[in-house]
Amino acid sequence: MNWRRAWTIALKEYTQFFRDRRTVAATMLMPLIQVVLYGYLSSDVRYQPTVVWDLSQSAESRQLLEAFTNSQYFSMKYRATSMGGVVRRIADGAALAGIVIPPNYATLLHQGKTPQVMVAVDASDATAARTSLSVAQAIGSSVSANIERKAIAARGIPIPHVGVDIRARAWYNTALRQEVFIVPGVLALVMQFTMTFLSMSTIVRERELGTLEQLVVSPIRSSELMLGKMLPLMTIGYINVTAILLMAIFWFGVPIAGSVILLYFTVLVFFFTTLGMGILVSTIAKTYIQATQLIQFFLMPSMLLSGFIFPVDAMPVALRALSYLVPLTYFLTIVRGIIIKGIGIDYLWPQIALLAALGLGVFVFAVTRFQKRID
Amino acid sequence: MNATTSVHVEKLTKRFGAFVAVDAISFDIAAGEIWGFLGPNGSGKSTTIRMLCGVLEPTSGTADILGFNVARNPEAVKLRIGYMSQGSTLWADLTVQEHLRFYAGLYGMSGREREERISSWVQRVGLSERREQLAGTLPGGYRKRLALACTLLHAPQMIFLDEPTAGVDPVSRREFWDIIVGLADEGTTVMVTTHYLDEAEHCNRLAMIYNGTIVASGTPEELKHLPQIGTMVEVLSSDTVGVLDAVEHLPFVRGAGLYGSSLHVALADTSDIERLNAALAEHDLPAEAARPVLPSLEDVFSAVVQPQ
Ligand SMILES: Nc1ncnc2c1ncn2[C@@H]1O[C@H](COP(=O)(O)OP(=O)(O)OP(=O)(O)O)[C@@H](O)[C@H]1O
Ligand SMILES: [Mg+2]
Repeated sequence: MNWRRAWTIALKEYTQFFRDRRTVAATMLMPLIQVVLYGYLSSDVRYQPTVVWDLSQSAESRQLLEAFTNSQYFSMKYRATSMGGVVRRIADGAALAGIVIPPNYATLLHQGKTPQVMVAVDASDATAARTSLSVAQAIGSSVSANIERKAIAARGIPIPHVGVDIRARAWYNTALRQEVFIVPGVLALVMQFTMTFLSMSTIVRERELGTLEQLVVSPIRSSELMLGKMLPLMTIGYINVTAILLMAIFWFGVPIAGSVILLYFTVLVFFFTTLGMGILVSTIAKTYIQATQLIQFFLMPSMLLSGFIFPVDAMPVALRALSYLVPLTYFLTIVRGIIIKGIGIDYLWPQIALLAALGLGVFVFAVTRFQKRID
Repeated sequence: MNATTSVHVEKLTKRFGAFVAVDAISFDIAAGEIWGFLGPNGSGKSTTIRMLCGVLEPTSGTADILGFNVARNPEAVKLRIGYMSQGSTLWADLTVQEHLRFYAGLYGMSGREREERISSWVQRVGLSERREQLAGTLPGGYRKRLALACTLLHAPQMIFLDEPTAGVDPVSRREFWDIIVGLADEGTTVMVTTHYLDEAEHCNRLAMIYNGTIVASGTPEELKHLPQIGTMVEVLSSDTVGVLDAVEHLPFVRGAGLYGSSLHVALADTSDIERLNAALAEHDLPAEAARPVLPSLEDVFSAVVQPQ
């Protein structure tokens, strides 16, 4: 690796990038425009993975959970045996909702008192959370209505109103603000879109111009050329991330709950994927037009599968399996985890490790292919 | 292969699918020589050069440049050669100076050495006044000058110039050739392609390629005496076009073409001169009697690249 040659390439790329005002403006403004645009989009969620801590263990409590399941909004995936278990499932993203039924649930119900059931919802996705909470409230009233009717039928006499008080609580994004959910999503998407696109075009353009041929004849090695090309793109990527975060904080008033350093580090990990994909496409496509079409085969599915639009948990099993092959899925979870939940590496390390593994695979494959395809 | 051979090519072949662009060609270029590569469009000149520079992988055959095998030791070759490709290889959004600094950087130059070399080359190719100009706004001929300077900046031992003077005005073309001849005098080996056959006279040796095969090679003098050209005669006339029409289809005329203000006619041998003169008289054409001349390279070119 000859650093001067790599730096020579980087310097040329910087010069070219900053010379074209329109590209600079587009690259810098696009992310911010997207933050605003996506802020108005909302999502509808069903089959939220739910963790249950049932202390009552009664026919009545089972009946309540059945009502939750039948609503189709909750899917009872995990059983917990402590409050800590509930918290952990939600914190690591496995569950999006938690239900805690008190030990005296059945007793209170029969005594004609109102038992309190706790429903906690991960409100990182504000719209989804809002929906889940109102569904939970509705279930609470309907269960009480059912019990009322049964009681009347059994005794033939009027009894006082009995209900189940669903104590619904939103966690993390307590104000249920959509922007809070949108910021990390757009950040991830912009990283994916802009970076893949820029890395693809920087090489394909060079090939189209005929300048790549000139570079091939020079003593520069593929690795130096790659490094020189990627360095400026990473700079642009970090400028974008910073702009989005600043906008989140000062425009929307969205705080960053977790570590900014960890966030910047995972952005670096994610570069392998995006830049690698760009290089890969540039080794296949002969022209810029071809490349822009080809890249859609990667960008579109990864956007749909990653959980950016549809939650991964609401997907059919086959698609869900596929979504685990999409690096954006992990990056999205990580970014949301850091910005909204404020969780750290102790919760996120498996995601980061998988993201790094996938990214490195793509990157190494792309660079090897590029070496062979340099003609 | 010895120290005075810069290029040694053996049975070099390039196929694109079923199409054979370069068909098992072999040749040598001596050190310090200007070696011209001539041939009609699509005959395989650029493809050959691109294989020699390591841009394209040959389908078969070998090439040694400056004693290094291109396939086995491409890095050693790349450090020592310069390549000016046929198409434009400049970035429209970089200035003349930025281009030169970029190439200097690729070849590990820096500081004073870099600036001195750049200044000297900018002057030599006549771009001193345009150092700060964007390459995209340079006139065509000046772009070629810049490309040439980029190719030569690192003082390569061997240069490959693929149509360096295409689209360059006649005066600038002469300047280009002054530079090329100067470099060869300093010991640089030059392989050059061109469609201007007057330029080919500057070459020490030439090879003519047609359909991927070398059909003739030698010094310009040797080529002009190739037996297949036959006897070349010149006909002076006030109506060369009319005469051309008249003689072109005569059975004993192998070929005819305008050459400057006269007409060159290729004949099988000297005995046909009489027949040509007789024909000219018979048609009552306003022409002087044909007299033998040394064929031009254009005549040679037409004779060897056209199927008889
Ligand atoms: N990458 C390629 N794929 C397919 N065919 C190619 C490719 N490159 C060149 N060819 C074909 O190979 C033949 C030789 O091309 P080449 O560019 O070497 O010709 P040339 O002698 O340089 O012509 P010109 O004088 O027009 O520059 C042409 O018929 C061309 O179409
Ligand atoms: Mg050519």
